[in-house]
Amino acid sequence: MTELTDLLTQLISASGLSGYEGPIREIIQQTWQPLTTELKVSRIGSLHGLKTGTGPEPRPSILLSAHMDAIGLMVSAVNAGFLHLVAIGGIDHRVLPGQLVTVHGRKDLPGVIVQPPARLLPEEANSGPVDLEYLLVDTGLSPREVERQVRPGDLVSFAQEPLELGEDVISGHSLDNRASVAAVTECLRLLQERNHSWDVWVVASVQEEETLGGALTSAFEIRPSLAVAIDVTFGKSPGANDYKTFPMGKGPTLGLGPNIHPRLHRQFKELADQLEIPYAVEVMPHHSGTDAYALQIAAEGIPTMVVSIPLRYMHTPVEMIMLKDIQRAGRLLAEFITHLTLETMASFTWDD
Amino acid sequence: MPDENPDLTLPKINAASIHLLERLCNASSVSGDEAEVRKIVLEQIQPAADSVKIDALGNILAERRSSNGSTHKPLRVMVAAHMDEVGFMITSDEGDGFYRFQTVGGVDARQIAGKPVQIGSEHIPGVIGAKPIHLTTASERKNAISIDSLRIDVGPSGKKIQPGSRAVFATKFTRLGPSVRGKALDDRIGVASLIHLIKHPPANVDLLAAFTVQEEVGLRGARVAAYACDPDAAIVMDCTPAYDLPVWDEAENTQYNARLGDGGALYIADSATLSDPRLLRHFIDTAEAHRLPYQFRQAGGGGTDAGAIHKARAGVPSLSISVPGRYLHTAAAIARVNDWQHTLQLVYAALNRLTPAVFQQDR
Repeated sequence: MTELTDLLTQLISASGLSGYEGPIREIIQQTWQPLTTELKVSRIGSLHGLKTGTGPEPRPSILLSAHMDAIGLMVSAVNAGFLHLVAIGGIDHRVLPGQLVTVHGRKDLPGVIVQPPARLLPEEANSGPVDLEYLLVDTGLSPREVERQVRPGDLVSFAQEPLELGEDVISGHSLDNRASVAAVTECLRLLQERNHSWDVWVVASVQEEETLGGALTSAFEIRPSLAVAIDVTFGKSPGANDYKTFPMGKGPTLGLGPNIHPRLHRQFKELADQLEIPYAVEVMPHHSGTDAYALQIAAEGIPTMVVSIPLRYMHTPVEMIMLKDIQRAGRLLAEFITHLTLETMASFTWDD
Repeated sequence: MPDENPDLTLPKINAASIHLLERLCNASSVSGDEAEVRKIVLEQIQPAADSVKIDALGNILAERRSSNGSTHKPLRVMVAAHMDEVGFMITSDEGDGFYRFQTVGGVDARQIAGKPVQIGSEHIPGVIGAKPIHLTTASERKNAISIDSLRIDVGPSGKKIQPGSRAVFATKFTRLGPSVRGKALDDRIGVASLIHLIKHPPANVDLLAAFTVQEEVGLRGARVAAYACDPDAAIVMDCTPAYDLPVWDEAENTQYNARLGDGGALYIADSATLSDPRLLRHFIDTAEAHRLPYQFRQAGGGGTDAGAIHKARAGVPSLSISVPGRYLHTAAAIARVNDWQHTLQLVYAALNRLTPAVFQQDR
């Protein structure tokens, strides 16, 4: 487990905001290098890794997509040594006051998001939580130094350090979706010792949090026969307890709904039952909120699946995940891949 | 001025001072549970103090007697800094690693969600989570997240925590250029200064150092400490809010309370104390003589241990002087090292030339 802990810690310590995924892509590239036969970068920055199958050409391929971008913030103005912010991705402004951040200016600067005192805000801003437009970043530096080092457009990422809570639990920012990148890596590791007839494309996609642009364009370029999006889902916690939430520690979830091919869902489910990998069925009545939404409609369309890992406190800097759920997801993917045969696609009929 | 000495060697903040402040800020000592900071203070002052006593509430009362061999009976000056910080107390165990909690001292509820905490003397790690934004509505997000709906989560395999344990934000102290950032700068910066004064005392007075408890919940330690010390005068070293941020509509900020970079903030009046004007004049004169930056903390609002001390027994002439700090009582406060140094230097120099003559003047 320490290998997974180390990998995950490394993955959530690199910045990679939507549209600016360079730093995390480098880490993933280094990690996937020994596990793939080919690695390349798409036109908009997604990382594509190929692990060749053993079947005769033309081999079908399966695409595993785990988005590597994370939510964060961007400097919108520099004012008297303080920074104004806008959000990249969905952030609840109510968790921001007091958060440690890194300002990626001419160099990386530690900072903290601060809530100005009521006396410096308009009347309306004080009736409840302070909106993002009034929050500021303080780097502790002199205004002159800030002018020199920071400008509008500079990125601001969360600086919360990873925490190990007991064995098997990690908390930190960007577990959405670096945990899934770790799961895909687990899958790749397991496949090193196994034979599979299909080609496996692993994709660390970009911009899922904003546009799904990475998944759409990668699927178009790769044209797989099947695609699986690996993402995180809502972990049960106080106040988040309904059918949309799933307990940590009880395995990944298998998506079910219009964004998922029913046969793929069934195949994953039967395999998990057979292997006694715990899971839950996650109903997704609308779009899945994952790369699968784009993967399904790339080119002529691709049968898609969603495998998700329960995560508490999603989109906060203290997201929480259980490592064994990541391992289970990785194992389920690897097993599914080794069970793929050259007749699999023929079995993808409708109405039977 | 018989005791004037502009060539006096003033204290300097160095790497060791910063390291001590780091240890103090990273320690957990919520009001009523000050053991961790008390331990550090005792370790630091025991070799230097003439006497050390811990009273019924946990205050440390230490004495460092005057050493200038003067024929006058030296003034007995109480200098106070509070060891406690605002934080949380675990109120119940809900199972599966979730705990309810309440705040201890003034913590803005809007500063709490989505933060790591450390619990108890072992600093057990936990997080105060928040509902994913995807599961909230726009109208819900117009309201602050209530403390009742928040939980401290140590994870499903975390250690069992007993209700009554205290928790604090888990922010680690750090240096940021000219600044320091950490939790509990209020009032570990005062505690660090007072430790320094015991080790390098002003020769002219009997220093009665009071490391007080429970300031944040009603100045309770200071009240009994002042009774026990029975001093001739009292100086309180605290940390005061600096609201020196830009105003939202770019108007001039006339309600800054105190500003970073302008030196020690002298209190004229807050909501609990009217500073002794003689002490105030004495400190101003000292600052001018030594060319030390200083500022006036804007009047009104807030309070320090002086609120309890000046009314002890038959009354004690008192003055508070604080290091300005931004974002006090949140996970991460910021102060300038220069302000800390100037504050410490001013207290040292002022005490070093404080004589009974100061109190023979009219208020």
